[in-house]
Amino acid sequence: MAAQQPDHANPIPWITGKPGAVPALDEGSKPKLQKILKKLPGSGIAPRRIAVILKWARRACQIGFFALFMYFLFQTGFRGSFAARADAPVRLPLPVEGFLLADPFVAAMTALSTHTVYRGLLWSVGLLAVTMIFGRVFCGWICPFGTLHHFFGWLLPSRKGRGASRVEANKTHTYQRAKYYLLYAFLLAGVGGSAIGGLFDPICIAVRSIGLGVIPGVQYLSHRGLGAAQDIHSRAIQGAADHTQDWLSQTVWQSKQFYFHQTWFIVFLLVAVLFANRFIPRFWCRVLCPLGAFLGVFARFALFGMKKDHAKCTDCNLCLVHCQGADSPQGGVKWRQDECHMCMNCENACPEDVIKFGFLPNRRSTITVPDTERRTALAAVGAGAMFLPASRIADSLDVNYSSKVIRPPGAVEERAFLERCIRCAECMKVCPNNALHPAFLEAGIEGIWTPILIARVGYCEYSCVLCGQVCPTGAIQKITEAEKMGIQQAPIKIGTAFYDHGRCLPWSMQTPCIVCEEFCPTSPKAIWVEEVDAPVRDSKPGPDGQPPAMKTVHLQRPHVDPGLCVGCGACEKVCPVQDQPAVYVTSVGETRSKTNVILLENTNYNQKS
Amino acid sequence: MSTRGKPGEGHTPLTSPVDIARPSRRQALVRLGGFAGVLGGAAVGARLLWDKGGFDVVQSSGARQVRDYRIAERDAEHAELAIARAAPKEAGDDSPAPTATPEQLVQRAVDALGGMKKFVSRGDVVVVKPNIGWDRMPIHAANTNPDVVAAVIKLAFDAGAKKVVVADGSCNDPNRCFQRSGIWRAAYDVGAEIVLPQEHRYRTMRLKGDVLDEWPVFTTLVDADKVINVPIAKHHNLAKFTAAMKNWYGVLGGRRNRLHQNIDMSIADLATFMRPTLVIMDAWRVLMRNGPQGGNIDDARDMHTVVATVDQVAADAFGCTLIGQKRENVPYLAMGEQRGLGTMRWENLRVKEV
Repeated sequence: MAAQQPDHANPIPWITGKPGAVPALDEGSKPKLQKILKKLPGSGIAPRRIAVILKWARRACQIGFFALFMYFLFQTGFRGSFAARADAPVRLPLPVEGFLLADPFVAAMTALSTHTVYRGLLWSVGLLAVTMIFGRVFCGWICPFGTLHHFFGWLLPSRKGRGASRVEANKTHTYQRAKYYLLYAFLLAGVGGSAIGGLFDPICIAVRSIGLGVIPGVQYLSHRGLGAAQDIHSRAIQGAADHTQDWLSQTVWQSKQFYFHQTWFIVFLLVAVLFANRFIPRFWCRVLCPLGAFLGVFARFALFGMKKDHAKCTDCNLCLVHCQGADSPQGGVKWRQDECHMCMNCENACPEDVIKFGFLPNRRSTITVPDTERRTALAAVGAGAMFLPASRIADSLDVNYSSKVIRPPGAVEERAFLERCIRCAECMKVCPNNALHPAFLEAGIEGIWTPILIARVGYCEYSCVLCGQVCPTGAIQKITEAEKMGIQQAPIKIGTAFYDHGRCLPWSMQTPCIVCEEFCPTSPKAIWVEEVDAPVRDSKPGPDGQPPAMKTVHLQRPHVDPGLCVGCGACEKVCPVQDQPAVYVTSVGETRSKTNVILLENTNYNQKS
Repeated sequence: MSTRGKPGEGHTPLTSPVDIARPSRRQALVRLGGFAGVLGGAAVGARLLWDKGGFDVVQSSGARQVRDYRIAERDAEHAELAIARAAPKEAGDDSPAPTATPEQLVQRAVDALGGMKKFVSRGDVVVVKPNIGWDRMPIHAANTNPDVVAAVIKLAFDAGAKKVVVADGSCNDPNRCFQRSGIWRAAYDVGAEIVLPQEHRYRTMRLKGDVLDEWPVFTTLVDADKVINVPIAKHHNLAKFTAAMKNWYGVLGGRRNRLHQNIDMSIADLATFMRPTLVIMDAWRVLMRNGPQGGNIDDARDMHTVVATVDQVAADAFGCTLIGQKRENVPYLAMGEQRGLGTMRWENLRVKEV
């Protein structure tokens, strides 16, 4: 929802109280004009018609793009269809990762790290072009995360965040430079070979926190709430609750309740950054957003902009009350093009005919380049450049690779993966089995929130290649089913399964089981069974204090064929030893690595382990 | 009443006689009433919710739940087990070209049992329970053949069913299983309602079997007037052969992986719980090894056979011969017979080959 700002509805009292602010009305005025003029403070000059239209167009745009973003997010998950043929490849019909493809910060960062612009990321040039015509319209009109902040910035301010203190908060502050320093640091980290900047990309944050936190949370709540309705002994209520759940599950929710590894932290950060709007409106957009900073750097080329007639300004500060970017729209100071979100609120608010937007304005009262300090910028660049060596001297990548870092199928080699993965969580959202999770420190500090497979929660569906389809940067390649399953070629392995004989029912407790073998999806199965007749002690003691009798049971004891195992983790998922499974998958043997191997084949000793 | 003073209240001098006066009778009554009300309410509420035994254990009704959808009377003139084959049995070729479609085989087999009208009455809600367990295509023969499922749905509608529901609790991602098995499309095309296993569709029921006690049950499959079991005959590495009786695994939710520790007893318990109106066993293409998932088209063989029967034990006893298994080697068959669910000596039924 876009913010419904009371642009003119509630003129602040200290302005309307100004003596002589409302001019006497002409006797011959039409009643309609009177009505408008009464509402306007100051000289009461109505904004240009085009400005009013643009303001409403912006609101419609914000609502529309936010709705589109949420629709794409809801559609980021496979829902089967009655219309599809059995042999039709399973793909998503919509470009659900579209917002990320149009993200020039992501494109620039990964271009610096990989020296390529991956497939659909070329769309980001389009957004760059729009920015070079209109300035940061993306921030004010399109960005779903920006719209969220716009809304919360309108909703949250305390009593103290209104009136004069709001005017003060909306003036340009030096802390707004922080986002540029972050941007420079992230771009240099990209040059070094890490796409860590994705942690701060607004679209990535929106997908990650809403997709992995908010949606599953609300799903949980609705399941509980509508489930409780089943206790009411009324057919009508029960039926209505059931139908509501049916409808929600087919349109909005994931195929089942999803759970994500330490997702509370991701949600906590979302809540924190939204709450910051109480103190500084649009705190995120003004202070931290590296995408906003990236667009701000290019806003200097914008053909569209503001011109101010300083002489007419009465310092009423109405423009500042409604300003989104904190870009100095008021008279007497220069407008900051790199900070402006192009929301058009200031021109609409101005009662004195000071502010006008238009093409090719003169720039006498405009600052177009970011107001950063050279030394701080250099320090940020240096910090960014040092990020990669600082994180890589930890043991996690080169010498002590974690067995838990099981990457999605089609993921490129780990170093190349870290060059590309922007932690957008699209793969985790689309995974039909809830198998992919944001890593915390499993993959090192550098790998925070990159996807790892936690087989105990969900296994990698054998014929599924959706994570690669939605990956916007090629960290997970767009593989086909034939490549993944290895039809007339070697399959893609993401790890290898191992048995813990001490916990396995047929191995140590003489109990038949082999659910793992049943679920093993390869053919021939990577899990094979050894038929044995094994002795087992009777649970009851024998008669007259005799020791318990010994019996013989026929058992099938499972083994893994490491040459056939693809590491999907289906065995680990279904193992009935509930807390710590008797069969588990680790990353060793993954096809993408030439060093994280077991067998002689596929080994390359020229690379560090 | 508020303890937070209103503006100006703090200016009242502390020595004011108002402060040391006793509360008015009205104030005292209100306060005493509040005291008694909250304390009394807490006491009554706690007594009502008191779990004296320590655990509020749900008391069992003690009764075994059975879902019996069978038809009581059977005419002696009709077969009890009908085997419809598309190709002559003697053909030396391993997979001869079929001389009939799956739909024709279903029709023939059901006709031999007296026609679908014997089983489905006008206005019935009919549940058709195929095996949609795995993310496999029809050629892999891990799920029931979609043409067989569609044919059964059509017969049910022709017999006057008000609604036909197709559902199963899949092992792999249900969306994928339903779509890639071809059953979603085939069933939708003939007008059935397809229900995917959503969590809210499960309710805990007391099966009270020998090994299965309380389990979440897929209510869509049991809320029906008639239930037609449409399994596929296939190899199973642990149970050796599975079809009709094992198909009821799809009724259960929860962590089914424990069932394998006593798979035969589990199957027998489930078959005791679910007594279908009719069993139509698909053996159009049969998984010979690597069951229950298969995954390689070489694992399956064309048999072009459909079996219709009212006896789920007999269906499985006959079915295991298709993959060369002996019924004595499949323990759950004997268990089923002991419990009176049917007979594993299928030859003793009125058998008709069509």
